[in-house]
Parts: sequence; structure tokens; C-alpha cells
Amino acid sequence: MNDSASTVPPVWSRVLEPRKGWLDLRLRDLWRYRDLVALFVHRDFVAQYKQTVLGPLWLVLQPLFTTVVFVVIFQKVAKIPTDGIPSILFYMCGITAWNYFSDCLTKTANTFSANNQIFEKVYFPRLTVPLSIVITNLATFAIQFTLFLTFCSFFFLKGAPVQPSWRVIVLPLLLVQMAALGLGAGCLVSALTTRYRDLTMLVSFGVQLWMYGSCVAYPLSAVHAEARWLLALNPMVPIIESFRFAFLGAGIIERWQLALGVVESAIILFAGLVMFCRVEKKFTDTI
Amino acid sequence: MSAVIRAEHLSKQYRLGVIDRRMLYQELQSWWARVRGHEDPNTPIFARHARVENGTCWALQDVSFEVGQGEVVGIIGGNGAGKSTLLKILSEITPPSSGRALMQGRVASLLEVGTGFHPELTGRDNVYLNGAIMGMTKRDVRARFDEIAAFSGVEDYLDTPVKRYSSGMRVRLGFAVAAHLEPEILIIDEVLAVGDAAFQQKCLGKLGEVARAGRTVLFVSHNLSSVENLCQRGIVLKGGQLAFDGTQTEAIAHYLDSIGATGVSLHDRKDRSGSGELRVSAIEMRDMDGRSTRTLFAGQDVDIHVHFANPQLRQLRGLTVQILVKTQLETPVFTHSNRLNVLDFDDLPSAGSFVCRIPRLPLPVSTYRLSFIIAAQSGAAERAIDAMDNAFEFDVAGGDFFGNGKLPKITNGVCLVPAQWRMEASQPAAAPATV
Repeated sequence: MNDSASTVPPVWSRVLEPRKGWLDLRLRDLWRYRDLVALFVHRDFVAQYKQTVLGPLWLVLQPLFTTVVFVVIFQKVAKIPTDGIPSILFYMCGITAWNYFSDCLTKTANTFSANNQIFEKVYFPRLTVPLSIVITNLATFAIQFTLFLTFCSFFFLKGAPVQPSWRVIVLPLLLVQMAALGLGAGCLVSALTTRYRDLTMLVSFGVQLWMYGSCVAYPLSAVHAEARWLLALNPMVPIIESFRFAFLGAGIIERWQLALGVVESAIILFAGLVMFCRVEKKFTDTI
Repeated sequence: MSAVIRAEHLSKQYRLGVIDRRMLYQELQSWWARVRGHEDPNTPIFARHARVENGTCWALQDVSFEVGQGEVVGIIGGNGAGKSTLLKILSEITPPSSGRALMQGRVASLLEVGTGFHPELTGRDNVYLNGAIMGMTKRDVRARFDEIAAFSGVEDYLDTPVKRYSSGMRVRLGFAVAAHLEPEILIIDEVLAVGDAAFQQKCLGKLGEVARAGRTVLFVSHNLSSVENLCQRGIVLKGGQLAFDGTQTEAIAHYLDSIGATGVSLHDRKDRSGSGELRVSAIEMRDMDGRSTRTLFAGQDVDIHVHFANPQLRQLRGLTVQILVKTQLETPVFTHSNRLNVLDFDDLPSAGSFVCRIPRLPLPVSTYRLSFIIAAQSGAAERAIDAMDNAFEFDVAGGDFFGNGKLPKITNGVCLVPAQWRMEASQPAAAPATV
């Protein structure tokens, strides 16, 4: 057989070769499969509210209950200040933002184990799965965010010291950054858990720990000034502080923290995608 | 005929150590064992494999072939021959380790129908989802939705969640989507093993239609008679390498030769009943030249050997040796026993065989299964000595029963009957006046 490159007619629509690139995202394929992303979003959303007893109501109850628990534990018992903001609003704000990030992370982390069966049978760009997760969670976020806004206007009308400002326009940017961070970290974790299954158990625990280090249940201002730089290394801290600052008018934001957070998010996203590509190539051979 | 698939020196290597390593604690365990100079407790046991070297295994080695447009190619080979690996590479589930494959046109693989069905979604939603997973756009699916629904036969339940479907309904719906993908290249793996007989027939019809429409089909199956029926060409893989490439009939013959299609030992089979005073050790079919085979041709004479072992030289009175032949769909075709010949088997040796000769094998092309029952007289009743269901499988791959090359299909009847036609005029009415 003659296999010199010149004899290959230009008509071959698909060339299957050993995959060598370390960031081979196949973005053109991803675009071709955009309908699949939409259908995955539809599937995940339908499945999510059909599988829980309370259905979509759960999406509203979860942040409410968590807020109540935080009010009791962190405000009443531990007496941690909330930057002068009504505690319910303070916690709900952090929880709403944190939920979006942690959902993106934990669900992306399951990409390979949850779709193992399909991945072994059919080719489609694997990136459609985490991408659809990030979009599905946007719908969940919208519901919880509406709940937060309802509470916000209620307190505002009652004359509570809440000052939403023009800065709320940064919301889309914050969401993009959280999505990137969640996607990147989730991809990293999913790559590790396909290699070491026993790490799966650590994921939810790790996410919980991360939350306690992310100013969700306390303001950055309540942290000892010397220890703040340590927290500032966590990219979620400036995100949540910005979120509160934009909607409630309280929080500590420094430019260098924001910049650091963006750089960290970018690095994590990049590393996550590289790992994802690696695993995608070898996944069907190792499981 | 222009080529639509070209495989150039395709190879695939699997790393064995990676396959078995799944837990971080095992990794640490292995490391600790190495540190202390002990044997690694997690070394894969199956590392003693013919193609294993340095912990890697070649599942596919330097396979090259070309497939032209509209060809229907059967890929056959034993377990571990590399069939599935080849299909996985061609359907892009896994990349090759070296070499490359070039494809022309849209490829759809039916490695399993109904892939990605979600139980909570309705049948309708799942059709869209499944179609999208297979590479269709929403518009493609919408354009063909009515056809898909009609083909599946579950139109009335399209708005019911798939979790309420029977497994048969799921398979139908899945196959209906797959059958309407209209890809240029279709890759099929054993998909015909599912569904009831009527649906299988429908699927075979659809496959034929796909092939006639000028599409290319790669078909992997253990069912040699469907390869014989559906394909025009056969590729035999052995040990990850291309062993033969030619017409499907030659390929099947080559494959059967290579595995040495002898009687299969029944030694390790546990699914047997009876007292066991005499044991059937193997079933074998031989043609008139004494060659052992599992592929027969309609119209040929064949000897069925029921090999037995009787080490204690037991003498059993009124021994009945019965064989039953069924189709793959469990339809009984015929049964026979020495009683029907009014023949007694006396003076049983310590080993031997009961031989049943069938002249002019009257079976259409298909795969058949043979069961046996050996019983002995015990007072007025009979007691089972040894019995096993589906002890032997054989194929009828073609043949010339009527002496003119015509052979009815099994769908029209499970046996061939030698008959003679003539015409008779009715005497009083039809007598023409001009004689």
C-alpha cells in the first residue's frame, strides 16, 4: 500500500490519527454539536426536578434553609459580625454565589464517571458535557438569584442599610469567572478521579472546606488583618466580596486581589482543560 | 468504486498496569512494597499473555485495508482478535497508537442502541437526545421524526417517560433512531442480538436497504450466518492482525479453519442434569470426508457424533440417545433418537460415540443449537443419565438442497422438504375441443 501523503486525495472528511497535542480541544466539533449541548441542558434540568421529591421547590428551599442555619450558628451562637448588613441578606448573598460555583465544580468533577457508558459507545466532543453543566447551573442560579433579589427588595423597602449600586453590572463577569473556575477545578478533579477512584469521596468534603475558606459565612473584614492576604489567595474570596459589595454595599475589595483571582481562575481553567484533554484521549483505554 | 475507508497500518497498544490501577491507596501500597523490596501486590495477574511485552499489549497491530463505497464488510475473529478495538478506533472512541484511518462521509456507529437514553425523559425527548449524541442536529431529527416514530412501533407512548418502557420498546426506539441516521458509513456491532424475531427481521431488512442505498457497512458479529447473508466481503482478524481479506464465504471458511472447528469439549459445562453414569464429552459434526466442521451446507450429508465417556464400563438397559435441534430463537426444528430407528445400544465401551447420520441436511441458512438427552430404562419409567441444553452450535451457511441453487429463507419455514410438483388438468371441464 502506498501511504505517502501526496496520494491522499483531499476528499477525506475525517482523519483519525494518534492524538498528540496537549490542548486539542476540537472546538470546531464542539460547534457542530451545539444542539447536543442544548439537549444536555434540557435533560439535566428535567431530570433534576423530576428526581427530587420536592421538585423545583427544592432549588428555593435549599438556600433558605442554609441561610437559616447560618443565621443560627454564625450570628446567634458564634456572634460573627456581618458588615452591618441584615444577616439573612448577608448569608443568602454568599450562598447564592457559592452554590453556583460549587455546583459547577462537583458536577463537572463527575463528567467521566457519570458518562462512562456513553463515552465508551459513541464519539462526540466530551467537552459538551461540562459545558452543558455550566449552562444548566445558570438556570438554577437564576432561580436562587431571584429569591435573593426578592429578599433584597423587601429589606430595602423596609429601610435596612442596604445599598445596591451601579456596580451590579459586574454580575455577568463574576458569573463567567465562577464558571471558569468551577469548570477548571472540576476538570482537574475529574481527571484525578478517573485515575484514582477513591478520591471521589474527598471531593464533597473538599468543596465544603473550601466554602469555609471563602468568606461565605463571614465577611473578610472580620478576619484578622494579618491573615487576610492568606484568604486573598483563594480566588473565590474576591468574587464573593465583590458580589456582596455590588448588591449590598459592604465588603473589602482590593484591585490586586481581583487581579490575582482572575489570573488564578485563568490558570486553573487552562490546567483543567489540559488535563481534560489528556483524560479524554486515554479514558476509554483505562476504565 | 472509490474508497471511503482506508486504514493505514493501524495499531493500538494498551498499557496493562494502567488498566488495573484505580485507587490511590493501591498506588501507595505498591510504592510501599517496592520500598521494602517486596513483590507488588497489585501486579495484574493476566500479564501472562501472548502479546504482552513490558506491560503493554497490542490489541491491534499494523492493520491496513480499504473499503469501497457501498461495500458491506463483515469483520470476524475470535475473542480478543481486535474486532472491537478496530471498531472503536473507526468510530473515534479511542485514537490509534500509530497508523491512521481516513474516512469519507459521516460515520455512525451502533455499538449499542439507545445509548444515552435518560429514563426520566419522554420517548420524544430521548429521540432528539439520542439523535444529537449520534451527531444529528435538531433539524435533522425533526425532519425524520415521523419516520422514526413509525419504524419504532411505539408511537402511542412517545410522551411517556422512557423509564416506563419495556426493555424491548427501548431497543426498538433506539434502533429506530440509529436506522434513520443516514450516515455514509455505518458501523454495527452485534446489534442484531436484541429484540424479538419480528423486529430482528425488520432490522435485517433495514440493513439490506441501507446497503442497497449505496452506503458502506462494517458489520461485526459472532453470527457467521448473518455475515454470510448480509456481507459481500469478509475480513478476518487474528491476534490483532489482519489474517484474511476476501469474499465473505472465503473469510468464514478461513476463520473456521484457523480455529480448528472441532467438537467442543463439554467437560467444563456445569449446566447439565442427569445421574452422570455416562457422560457426553463432546458433540461433533463431520462431513462425509470425515472432516470436523461447524459450518454445514443444506443438502450435504452429515454425521453428528455424540462422544461419550463411560470409564466404569456401566451397562445401561434401554438406552435412549436423543438430540434436539432448535433455531437461535428457540423454535424446535427436529428431534431424533435411536428409538425412532428401533435400535438398542448394548455393550457400551469405556469411550466412544453415538453417531447419527442425516442425509441431505434439510435446513435453511441460519444458526442452530443442538441439545441432547441420554436416558435409560428404569423399571417402567425412564431416568435421565446426562442432558444439556444448547450443547453445540452450528451454522448452515448456504448450499444446494434442490440441485438448482435455490434456497428458501428461514423466515419462510424452518426446514426444507424435498417435493415434486406437477400439473393435472381436471378431466371433464378442461378438455379442449381441438385435440
